[in-house]
Amino acid sequence: MTITLVFIAVMMAIFGGWLFSHSINVRPWEAAPADTGSTPMGRNGQLPPGVTAPRVGLAVFVAVATALFALTISAYLMRMEMGHDWRTLPTPGLLWLNTACLVLGSIALQWAWNGARRGDERSLRLGLGLGGGFTIAFVLGQGLAWQQLNAAGYYLVENPANAFFFLLTALHALHLLGGLAAWARTLFRVQRGAAPAAVRASVELCALYWHFLLLLWVVLFALLLNT
Amino acid sequence: MAEPGRESVSYAPAGEFDDMELSHPKTFLGKYIWSQDAKVIAIQYGITAMAIGVVALVLSILMRLQLGFPGTFALIDPGSYLQYVTMHGMIMVVYLLTALFLGGFGNYLIPLMCGARDMAFPYLNMLSYWFYLVAVLILVASFFVPGGASGAGWTLYPPQAISPGTPGIDGGILLMFISLMVFIAGFTMGGLNYIVTVLQARARGMTLMRMPLTIWGIFMATVMALLAFPALLVAVLMMLFDMLLGTSFFMPAMLTLGEQSGHEGGSPLLYQHLFWFFGHPEVYIVALPAFGIVSDILATHARKNIFGYRMMVWAIIIIAVLSFVVWAHHMFVSGMNPYFGFLFATTTLIIAVPTAIKVYNWVLTLWRGNIRMTVPMLFAIGFIFTFVNGGLSGLYLGNVTVDVPLADTYFVVGHFHMVMAVAPVLVVFGAIYHWYPKMTGRMLNDTLGKIHFWITFLGSYAIFYPMHFLGFAGVPRRYYAYGETGYIAESAQALNAFMSVAAIIVALTQLLFFFNLVWSYYRGRESGPNPWQATTLEWQTEHTPPRHGNFGETLPVVYRWAYDFSVPGAKQDYLPQNMPPEAVEYEDGGRGGGSAASPDEVRP
Repeated sequence: MTITLVFIAVMMAIFGGWLFSHSINVRPWEAAPADTGSTPMGRNGQLPPGVTAPRVGLAVFVAVATALFALTISAYLMRMEMGHDWRTLPTPGLLWLNTACLVLGSIALQWAWNGARRGDERSLRLGLGLGGGFTIAFVLGQGLAWQQLNAAGYYLVENPANAFFFLLTALHALHLLGGLAAWARTLFRVQRGAAPAAVRASVELCALYWHFLLLLWVVLFALLLNT
Repeated sequence: MAEPGRESVSYAPAGEFDDMELSHPKTFLGKYIWSQDAKVIAIQYGITAMAIGVVALVLSILMRLQLGFPGTFALIDPGSYLQYVTMHGMIMVVYLLTALFLGGFGNYLIPLMCGARDMAFPYLNMLSYWFYLVAVLILVASFFVPGGASGAGWTLYPPQAISPGTPGIDGGILLMFISLMVFIAGFTMGGLNYIVTVLQARARGMTLMRMPLTIWGIFMATVMALLAFPALLVAVLMMLFDMLLGTSFFMPAMLTLGEQSGHEGGSPLLYQHLFWFFGHPEVYIVALPAFGIVSDILATHARKNIFGYRMMVWAIIIIAVLSFVVWAHHMFVSGMNPYFGFLFATTTLIIAVPTAIKVYNWVLTLWRGNIRMTVPMLFAIGFIFTFVNGGLSGLYLGNVTVDVPLADTYFVVGHFHMVMAVAPVLVVFGAIYHWYPKMTGRMLNDTLGKIHFWITFLGSYAIFYPMHFLGFAGVPRRYYAYGETGYIAESAQALNAFMSVAAIIVALTQLLFFFNLVWSYYRGRESGPNPWQATTLEWQTEHTPPRHGNFGETLPVVYRWAYDFSVPGAKQDYLPQNMPPEAVEYEDGGRGGGSAASPDEVRP
């Protein structure tokens, strides 16, 4: 559980530090006019301008998803040590190609986000379309990799290493599919003629979520390659 | 003791805030069924949780009937007894307490106490409830599938949970897994809302250190739940793989019914680590909201500020952090590395420090307070007693050498029922008596409430106190019947019968409570907006019960913390959080804010 504990410790340290900065030298029992309150927090321009509710919501969700994967990776490493039946499976070469797809998808969505910020409709549409396309290619590629492994006789039930391979890739793909649902909704709105400014918040959330899933995939891929 | 009038408290002028996008439903269905209003969702959560809670209560009575009068009731066989144990535990911990504290009280109180119009993401909030309802229905459905509900214990330990012969293996256990996954998905949606709303949607002037402790408790419990529930999700998912696809994450090679199972090399210990990584924080997910609510009830009904507010906040946070590094104290007898046991015993005992700080602060809040023995106050004081009792037996069980002989005896059952069943449930009742006037505009009947309190409080001691003695006598838990057991004294059976009778009385008393809820809704005394003379924002709303959008035209502005009771020198007994310093009247005729007010400014 070391990985999970490190993650929890980091989360709690960030949280504790943030709270400390809001509670040190604060005298809650003293009344004060709202505008000169000791630590002005709340809406209405008192929060840093970039901190919007959807972004915070995404950050919280990313933390939850990270906890899920940290726990699964912990289980992976513990199961590796606990049993004596672990036989590493060869990582299919196709995964490198899939990784490239996901990187391109992430870049394309970033491009779409930049386009939405500039009001550039062309790069918004193109970036959004390409981003989703590369991602679908990634998911299909993962499916193909599963098929290759099955064909080569690395069945799910054969060995815990195989089972974990399928479990981790499936969990990651499920998170991507959830993202694709949000992506499809945004694309639909763009196709219906929504202005770049109107979909900016949605595109931004998609792009940020994709970067997170890319990072997560890199970690998972590195784990699969090295163990 | 003058009351601050509505004109002396402060609201932000209309239009100063960019209003949230609230949905404005027109139809009955939109208002009360597919509602996106956090208050309606809260009540939906509350009713669903209490309904499934009654099912779990009935199951516990069935268990007590068997234990008190073994063999008398033909419908209870060993298999169904285990199903009652399992479903009672799982429902009470997850589907009643977690859902009621976070989904129920969280939804009702977070927007109102923070001074927000609604949750940050109302649509997601609605989805959260419907996921919860589906999870509950799946769980209820498991009673009716062939083979009945899950009987694998609420901890669902493998290999037992998915081996042939376990009650519910034909479908009940599968449905419980699915129900849990749906619950977790729904909870994640709700939890996102609670956190973002607390962080983003607080009223002007509501700094973190001015938040009522109720909000702190619910907020930290949500943070913990969002980090801990994934552990249960992973564990359940991997077990589903083992069960349906035949993998060996948790399942070792074994012979069942004379046949070699298809599994090999899996580690049941791994499951226990994952399960308790969720399971222990879960105890505090239930306890932290209770801590917060109790703090507010005590301060309000003792007319005193909470003692050591900042210490209380930090204690909540330290408990939250520590509770993630104590999980293996549930596994002292699991065969894990004994050095772990020492480590986890240490962290477990350290939790006693912030917890004791909280208990001392509650008692010091009562010290020389102007205590009003209202029904919520009775429940809050009852909570302190019960929590201390349950916490002290926890100190025994936290030590490896004491735990080893006591594990799997009734001592453990007595301990956790005191600390995480009776104590939080007393808070649930206290909170309902406290906030019911805000939710309905009417007071609950006082006499019925007092009868309810005394029978519930004394009755639960009659049920759970003797369990500690049974545990010392070595009576093992989870057994359907004890048969010819030489080492258990015969008087243990008399004690069991006594506990069963007490349990039946306590359970029947809850009918009084439900009757009170319904009767008072129609016939209760009108409460007015602020019957307890409380300071927090939910009592300062324009309408009681608050309407859609919570605060009418304007949102409140906050100038002070939630605990300005009996402020020295002030004429008013309490100062609402949104009362500006210059509106406070003092005994010597002066007004707050440093500047002397001209006479024509003085309001009645």
